[in-house]
Amino acid sequence: MPTVSASAVQLADSAWTDASIKLGNSVGAIAGFLGILLLIFFAAGRAGGRFTRPLAIAVMLGPAALLLVVGLVVPLVRTVYLSFSNDDSTRSVGGANYGWALTTDSIHQVLWNTLLWLVIAPLVATGLGLLLALLVDRMRGQAVYKSLLFMPMAISLVGASIIWKFVYDARDPAQPQIGLLSQIAISLGWHHPPNWILSHPLNNFLLMVVMVWVQTGFAMVVLSAAIKAIPDEITEAARLDGARGFRLFRHVTVPMIRTTLVVVLTTVMITTLKAFDIVRTMTGGNFGTQVLANEMYSQSFVQFNVGRGSALAVILFLAVTPLVAYNIVQLRKEREHR
Amino acid sequence: MTTLLRRRLLAVPAVLGLALAAACSNSSSGGGGGASAAATLTGDCAKYQPYAGHSGTKVTMFASILSPESDSLEKSWAEFSSCTGIKISYEGSNDFESQLPVRVSGGNAPDFAIIPQPGLLAQMVKTGKVVKPPAGTVANEDKWSPVWKTYGSVNGTFYAAPMSANMKSLVWYSPKAFKAAGYEVPKTWADMMTLSTKIATSGSMKPWCGGIGSGTATGWPATDWVEEVVLGSYGGDVYDQWVSHQIKFSDPKITGAMKTVADWMQNPAFVNGGIGDVKSIATTTFQDAGAPILAGKCAMLQQASFYRAQWAKGTKISADGDVFAFHLPAVNPQVNNPVEGGGEFLAAFSSRPEVQAVQNYLSSSDWASSRVKVSSGWVSANQGVDKSLYTDPIDKISAEALTDPAATFRFDGSDLMPAAVGAGQEWKSFTAWFAEGQSIQKVAADIDAAWPQ
Repeated sequence: MPTVSASAVQLADSAWTDASIKLGNSVGAIAGFLGILLLIFFAAGRAGGRFTRPLAIAVMLGPAALLLVVGLVVPLVRTVYLSFSNDDSTRSVGGANYGWALTTDSIHQVLWNTLLWLVIAPLVATGLGLLLALLVDRMRGQAVYKSLLFMPMAISLVGASIIWKFVYDARDPAQPQIGLLSQIAISLGWHHPPNWILSHPLNNFLLMVVMVWVQTGFAMVVLSAAIKAIPDEITEAARLDGARGFRLFRHVTVPMIRTTLVVVLTTVMITTLKAFDIVRTMTGGNFGTQVLANEMYSQSFVQFNVGRGSALAVILFLAVTPLVAYNIVQLRKEREHR
Repeated sequence: MTTLLRRRLLAVPAVLGLALAAACSNSSSGGGGGASAAATLTGDCAKYQPYAGHSGTKVTMFASILSPESDSLEKSWAEFSSCTGIKISYEGSNDFESQLPVRVSGGNAPDFAIIPQPGLLAQMVKTGKVVKPPAGTVANEDKWSPVWKTYGSVNGTFYAAPMSANMKSLVWYSPKAFKAAGYEVPKTWADMMTLSTKIATSGSMKPWCGGIGSGTATGWPATDWVEEVVLGSYGGDVYDQWVSHQIKFSDPKITGAMKTVADWMQNPAFVNGGIGDVKSIATTTFQDAGAPILAGKCAMLQQASFYRAQWAKGTKISADGDVFAFHLPAVNPQVNNPVEGGGEFLAAFSSRPEVQAVQNYLSSSDWASSRVKVSSGWVSANQGVDKSLYTDPIDKISAEALTDPAATFRFDGSDLMPAAVGAGQEWKSFTAWFAEGQSIQKVAADIDAAWPQ
């Protein structure tokens, strides 16, 4: 009998054993990782003479380079390769996927929408951010306003989209409204406001509002810092020369923060090109609001057409690359200023 | 007290099994002959004798079923597990459909996957990792009507036995509201349309509610409506040909069925009670679509049996309660009892003896009965399950329709079509059909164009 109860306990405890084995495994893995690191550093420390420098470079740069190759370069090469293959990557189809992407009506709309997003959302977000930065600049208690304006940035894009989805919710005018926008429209005397999310092409802009709402705070904070960094002597001198208001802004402030403006604009643009969560959450790409990033996901993981998805990914990559390059150049310039 | 006692009793054979398994682990790995070396199970465990001999082993299972539903699932095989000593380690994920292909092609396949779409099953079989079921499972499968076997098969080879079934051909309504207004549950499609017109002209509410919003899967309820009408108008053969694209969407039969749907769910006089106009169907989520029934704003909603979970807490679901459902009648009375439904299939990625034992057990009517007993909201189309076990009226209706040998049962068409159509263009185009008022001809042409060559 004792063996029986012991085994019963053992059976009941199997979940615990399972968990403790897993915990042991992770602790072991971490210990092993640290051990290897220590070993490398120790070996690097002991190495002397003309090996010191190359070895130090290898030790310091190696892991980052390796991760970059595994996490970025290999997938990139593979994606390009897959974009020339059929849906389940079993045979090559040449440029058929690119042909499809560039000649299909629905993808035309996707590309067009993406372009609209790319131009409008960053410009509006940066413009609004600049305006707010100027307005808030010399105000008392500006930290409070800035925090409030920056707050949407802390919400995930999915969270923000869900909030705005409720704002745009439409019901029959005879019914109680759930959506804020419809209720406001009705209160203002518009008897039959449209079903916002369904109204094409308006819905594209309504979706961009979410991106603008989230990104404006970021633009404002960065631009405000840049404005503050303008030396007072320059502004004083300009004032003495008779520059006021818009002239001061146009000829002194903007040139002084030009690089920052460009960095903010391109950063928001890159975020916008990857806009995926907003469209996915609010419309799922329906009603003519599809964008490139979401279509790529839908082709690869919903319709299981990896070839087409990869082709779209490559197109997206090609679109982002010049922006990223320009962004980096500007960032460098800005650092040189400092 | 009783559970403790039972656990101890169960522990005895389990321990014996452990000891024996340890003693003859070499011989049992020879495969096949596990039963001869197995311990004799007694008492409550005696019925698991055919599955004995694999004590101390573990199998993994991966599916999209999440808690609390998965809790009932685990409860349903708890006794099997403790009697045979085979531990079933279950993992549920709401990202199952995209995770499974990644795991399988990454060489990290689970022992079992519960796959709800035949299309996904076919894709998994394509990877070459799905293992054909043992003879016991094949024999058990005969308790299901033959059409199910084709849904668990790929290119004529049977791979995965069905586990559960659900019924889509239901119409939810409020018995209280029907009684108050003197309406009767329609028996034929013509009756249903007459009743709809009657409700529409009475002016107190719209006859139908509808919503096809479902996040990234927006559009699927509309595909169900068309599938119901195709099946109910022309029967199983045309449906099968349509699903396999021998009949195109642009065929007059299918566009005709779409016209029937348009007269029904896109009729401004009929929809969309309590929410808005026809277009509002596109933006209303299917979860929200039924709420106006309780508010007395619309009378009926076509939705599957699983819609039961969407009713507000405290809603009485019964023949004289707040809501109930009737079987959607056939468009053409000549078609015998059309039932559209879905189901889940158990695919194995390993042929270890304990995996086969579990596979055999989960395909048996014993397991199905055990699952039915654990909680409601789950139906098997296995003929071996005693229908008196179902405690819930909706489950009873579904089980009766699904096991009716004369019924024309067909699986959800969009789940059978290639993903580029069934999970892609068809959803998109049907959404545009409702949201943007695109013509039936354009919708049909777009879907046909998306069919993989």
